[in-house]
Amino acid sequence: MNNNMANKISTEPKMNYDLNLLQDMYKKMLLIRRFEEKAGQLYGMGQIGGFCHLYIGQEAVVVGIQSAQIDGDSIVTSYRDHGHMLACDMDPKGVMAELTGRKDGYSKGKGGSMHMFSREKGFFGGHGIVAAQVPIGAGLAFSHKYNGNKNVSITYFGDGAANQGQVYESYNIASLWKLPVVFVIENNKYGMGTSVNRSSAGENLSDRGKPYGIMSEIVDGMDILAVREAAIRAIDYCRSGQGPYILEMKTYRYRGHSMSDPAKYRTRDEVDKIRKTSDPIENIKSLLNKMGVEDKTLKDIDTDIKSVIAEAAKFAQNSPEPSEDELFTDITIN
Amino acid sequence: MTIEILMPALSPTMEEGTLSKWLVNEGDSISSGDLIAEIETDKATMEVEAVDDGKIGQLLVAEGTEGVKVNTPIALLVDTNESPHATIKDIADKPYLEKEKIPSKPTNDKPISIEANSSLITVREALRNAMAEEMRVDKSVFVMGEEVAEYQGAYKVTQGLLEEFGDKRVYDTPITEHGFAGIGIGAAFGNLKPIVEFMTFNFAMQAMDQIINSAAKTLYMSGGQMGCPIVFRGPNGAASRVAAQHSQCYASWYAHCPGLKVVSPWSSKDAKGLLKSAIRDPDPVIFLENEVMYGQSFSCPDDENFTLPIGKANIEKEGNDVTIIAFSIMVGKSLEAAEILEDKNINAEVINLRTLRPLDIDTIIESVKKTNRVVTCEEGFPFSGIGAEISALITEKAFDWLDAPVVRVTGKDVPMPYAANLEKLALPQVDDIVSASAQVCYED
Repeated sequence: MNNNMANKISTEPKMNYDLNLLQDMYKKMLLIRRFEEKAGQLYGMGQIGGFCHLYIGQEAVVVGIQSAQIDGDSIVTSYRDHGHMLACDMDPKGVMAELTGRKDGYSKGKGGSMHMFSREKGFFGGHGIVAAQVPIGAGLAFSHKYNGNKNVSITYFGDGAANQGQVYESYNIASLWKLPVVFVIENNKYGMGTSVNRSSAGENLSDRGKPYGIMSEIVDGMDILAVREAAIRAIDYCRSGQGPYILEMKTYRYRGHSMSDPAKYRTRDEVDKIRKTSDPIENIKSLLNKMGVEDKTLKDIDTDIKSVIAEAAKFAQNSPEPSEDELFTDITIN
Repeated sequence: MTIEILMPALSPTMEEGTLSKWLVNEGDSISSGDLIAEIETDKATMEVEAVDDGKIGQLLVAEGTEGVKVNTPIALLVDTNESPHATIKDIADKPYLEKEKIPSKPTNDKPISIEANSSLITVREALRNAMAEEMRVDKSVFVMGEEVAEYQGAYKVTQGLLEEFGDKRVYDTPITEHGFAGIGIGAAFGNLKPIVEFMTFNFAMQAMDQIINSAAKTLYMSGGQMGCPIVFRGPNGAASRVAAQHSQCYASWYAHCPGLKVVSPWSSKDAKGLLKSAIRDPDPVIFLENEVMYGQSFSCPDDENFTLPIGKANIEKEGNDVTIIAFSIMVGKSLEAAEILEDKNINAEVINLRTLRPLDIDTIIESVKKTNRVVTCEEGFPFSGIGAEISALITEKAFDWLDAPVVRVTGKDVPMPYAANLEKLALPQVDDIVSASAQVCYED
């Protein structure tokens, strides 16, 4: 499989971009990164248990796509979900408190890192079974179409999930019924420890929509402006009732698959090289510099974000564990 | 030479059908492969082809005749040289020729008493009415599944829904259970109320991950935010002669899982009342029907607001000597067994569970306190079955009230065999319930 990611910074100054928008995207990506760094730290301290999958390196994907959404759009993703929740404007305190398994977490401490939701923010999880969110995302798109609203479903999944049968069952039905769903393949090159070249036949994952008549694009997922532009095209297409759209984001995760992954399947050099040459946050930072934003301003943003994260971490550690009564609540509604 | 053309069996469970139309006349010459008649079964209207060449000697069964048993001669095929009617003498002693019309339903031996404000309808009609009534009052209810729309339902349960509600409410899916179950669940998360039909629950195995991991668990994992108001329905259990991969009761599989409600109706009244409750319920409901029951008729309330509560069992027959606990098709077999037991002076109480999760243990315990003896009945495998669970619960909650160990009547612990004799041995029969009941009464 041809998986050559853009190895150089591809973002060029585009003066037609609104500075506020760029700064907001920078803030959001940085919020995700700092959040994930803190989560990694808390995991190391034993404050977070179980599986914890960090999004560091992939921030441009979710933030770029989120910048093209409107209120009422629904988002669904896998277990690598912290970034998506923050991009949906979910409260970092509530997300972190869920990671620590506390009562103030989004799922009252009963879901954990992989299973978090906010109906209010249009975030439908947070699903722990590889690719299970794909038909669910198509189903959310079904509900938009059924209700006759103009909203779309953004359905994220990884390169590993892209080999699951239910993805293609979903492609088939989504295309047949013209469901407004953007399938976003976050191709970070490794499904756990198996590289995409060793797991996936064919040239590109995005090509797999073609037999179903689904439009697709390959996007440099490290370049937030490229992501945003592709997202606008895809979402407009879906919103106008033409059916599903696939965006294959070539991206990269810097950390292991989960916190317990020693990542022996790739070299340190490979990771370092991408960090140095393609980091999505460094990319937008240098763009902002070129547009006249001073280093100090960017540094102040970082300082503010760090204090937001520190506060979230403190909140998550101080929030009590759920009461024992919670064991038997929320099993069924009635 | 004369060949009898017989009423064909057109489905695994077909015992009789309606000869809706003759496509040939007496005296017509036909060749193998020609269409000769239209026959309506429980499931569909099918065209029947000739399998031999010849001339139609006589049509033995009139058009429109209902209840024509499988293997009844319906026409005579003679050599093209012979004249029509030439061979009637040869078979004049056969009694079916004397009948003007083969008697039609009801097939039940005993007349069914129709309750007030009720009609005699089949379980199939009751299920369809339940869906149609709920779809009329709630626009968020829709139906999806294999062959539910244009084909009118593989077992005709969704017949007429497409016509009444249109293709925005009734969806034919491809044969991809995992995918469409997940899409249904996503639609339910999006505040719709899907009714997902599985052609049979055997095929729902493909969708098991979505049913358990997504539908059943998400409410809990979301701290109560993500309700999933969905109904998964379809035939469960053994049909007839369809062997291991198409004959299995999944009641205990689903009943095992917190987050699901599991309902299994027996009669038309159960079917209507429980399916309406299932559609209105905010939680995922597994609705286990039975193919053999679809064509059976029962008295069913006409009221469009009639519902039965999920989680409540019904005592179908009161008795003092032994409690027979059953669900779905086994309720009928238990009632038959109870009649036989009357002759042995054993007065059995028959409980129709209706819901398997949450189980109405209170009704069971009350009955145990009265009879002190229990027989459980199910088509499923014995190991970790519904009967095993009931037995354990009775041991925990009413051990001192028991005068005999609980006995389970179940399907045998084998994959369903194809051969007719072995299949019969594998399935729990009325006699098994009778002897188990006698056993717990120490009357065997």
